[in-house]
Amino acid sequence: MDLLTHLGIEGVRMIVGLIAVIALVSVNALFLIWMERKVSAHMQLRPGPMEVGWHGAIQTIADAVKLMGKELITPEEVDRPIYYLAPIVVFLPVLLTFLVIPFSQTMIIKDMNVGIVLILAFSTLTVLAILMAGWASNNKYSVFGAIRSVAQNIAYEIPLLVTVMSIILMVGSFKLTDIVTAQGRYWFILVQPLAFILYIICATAETNRTPFDLPEAESELVAGFHTEYSGMRFALFFLAEYTNMFIVSAVAAVLFLGGWRGPILPGVVWFLIKVYALIFLIMWFRWTFPRVRFDQLVTFAWKILIPLSFVNLLLTALALKIF
Amino acid sequence: MITSGIEEKTFVLNLGPQHPSTHGVLRVLLEMDGEYIASAEPVIGYGHRAHEHMAENRNYHQFLPNMGRVDYLHALAFNHGYCMAVEKLIGVTVPERAEFIRVITNELNRITSHLLWFGAYLMDLGAFTPFLYCFDDREHILDLLDRITGSRLTYCFFRFGGVPKDIDDDFISGVRTFIKRLRSRWVDYHNLVTKNVIFIHRAKGVGVFTKEQCQLYGITGPSLRGSGIPYDIRKSEPYSAYPLFDFEIPIGDNGDIYDRYIVRLREMEQSCRIIEQALNKLPNGPIMAEKVPKRLKPAAGEVYQAVETARGEFGTYIVSNGDIKPYRIKLRVPSFSNLSLMVESFKDNLVADVVAILGSIDVVIPEIDR
Repeated sequence: MDLLTHLGIEGVRMIVGLIAVIALVSVNALFLIWMERKVSAHMQLRPGPMEVGWHGAIQTIADAVKLMGKELITPEEVDRPIYYLAPIVVFLPVLLTFLVIPFSQTMIIKDMNVGIVLILAFSTLTVLAILMAGWASNNKYSVFGAIRSVAQNIAYEIPLLVTVMSIILMVGSFKLTDIVTAQGRYWFILVQPLAFILYIICATAETNRTPFDLPEAESELVAGFHTEYSGMRFALFFLAEYTNMFIVSAVAAVLFLGGWRGPILPGVVWFLIKVYALIFLIMWFRWTFPRVRFDQLVTFAWKILIPLSFVNLLLTALALKIF
Repeated sequence: MITSGIEEKTFVLNLGPQHPSTHGVLRVLLEMDGEYIASAEPVIGYGHRAHEHMAENRNYHQFLPNMGRVDYLHALAFNHGYCMAVEKLIGVTVPERAEFIRVITNELNRITSHLLWFGAYLMDLGAFTPFLYCFDDREHILDLLDRITGSRLTYCFFRFGGVPKDIDDDFISGVRTFIKRLRSRWVDYHNLVTKNVIFIHRAKGVGVFTKEQCQLYGITGPSLRGSGIPYDIRKSEPYSAYPLFDFEIPIGDNGDIYDRYIVRLREMEQSCRIIEQALNKLPNGPIMAEKVPKRLKPAAGEVYQAVETARGEFGTYIVSNGDIKPYRIKLRVPSFSNLSLMVESFKDNLVADVVAILGSIDVVIPEIDR
């Protein structure tokens, strides 16, 4: 009986959590797309969307409605099962990672003791979806995008993991709430500045944002892996990209910026402020830098980032041993 | 997709004609070995409008508006080349003030062309923001030229024997303000792009044109000067009012993308210098030569006149058989020659470099197709 009650409570918790996550993801993506358009516009001396709602605030809702109304074009000769699956595969892991993100001390769906590992594991699945999309589309540009994406993500996953390891060494737990609690006296960005820089670079690459947006390099590969997708299928890729941006920023906020910690304001507000500040940083990169070349990108990862991240890990371990 | 199994090592990637960075309707067939180019073959003609043939079917005046459509980015230079060729044919001398106005508008137009190239090129490299910065600047010139020429892109401003409309004080002060503004912007441009590490790594040592290659293929314009050959029609075969002004021909050292980029930026500054001098020395007088017949019927003969456009040497060759229509007009356009070397230099480069090299040449496809 106890077990059943427990399961019932857990089940309700899960369903409520999932609905909350889906709502958050949609609203967040709508907001981020609007934010990106406004940020880019103001960096480029133009006002951006102004017509729909206050300063174009509901412009993205109009765009979403338009995308829903679009015909879903399936080109001939595509590998149908994989082609249909790819947008779903890209989106599901993104949803799952929200399970463990601590928005505040209490606002967390399931505080698992493998939290950070779960996030990293699921966000890796994005590569699989991109590969599926690129391969199944039966388009040379898509295949190029997919190949680049795989090479890029494998290259940048390693320094990302190693960098995260150096934080985990300091805390001694994979639990995200523990990591935040450990930053009671100071934020980890102060003791691990190199790790923070490495993390931001890798995160930008992981989310395929400029200057590392090679899988969808517009001027080279038209639209890369999602060239052949239209309507809501395209929207799912788009949604996943922006949600991924939120996730890497949320992880960065937890690992380096003290998560929900902050004076006066409630925890969740502080958390969101930190996350959106980091997202703004990533957007700033996009509207400032040109794109790197593919070989330079991979060389940069293997020759600079990976050695640096190992050095950082080693130094962290030494410092922990000595002090 | 690679369909025929393990045996086949290369495959063909069709770049264009509808591709975001072919600047129009250029199509390049790339034989690819992975992400590297094994060979490249351009397919041109998608923008072909038979301008040269049209010339044979209309009189000299009627062909003038066509010139703005050949190279729409530096339309005034094409106006200038054609007008000068016809003036040579009928033996008309252009008044000095008209020559000055021609030079001023021409150089303004050159700046718009280079600014557009700057933005479009950075967009090819994946940076979107510079595009809007330089369009903001370009807009000011378009407004100025709009006031006196009546159009913003495909100008048809010059006439045989001069220009139809004089410039006024508003225009002159507008141009002076613009030049001041543009000069203050160089800092932003250099901070945003020229000093950017990613840009330098993308541009230095990529797409090198040697001097020999340039001469072999007949490259002209900033692409040639980037390779270190100071050849500019404005200096080597001075025309119009250019000999009266003091300006330099910027050249590069290595002939790579970076040099071509720097040459163009410095050329804009030189254009500013020319405009300033022309405004200071602007003489008074008529803007149209007297006695230019309404109905041109030049004697039989042939002329050639070259001018320097933003992309290189543009030559007009007119053969007249004494009729009211030209017997033949041949347009020597710079992008056509430039394209042939560009395709050569694609070999053993990455797809990303193809886009970078293509952009660095600054081709205008309708000009190639004519």
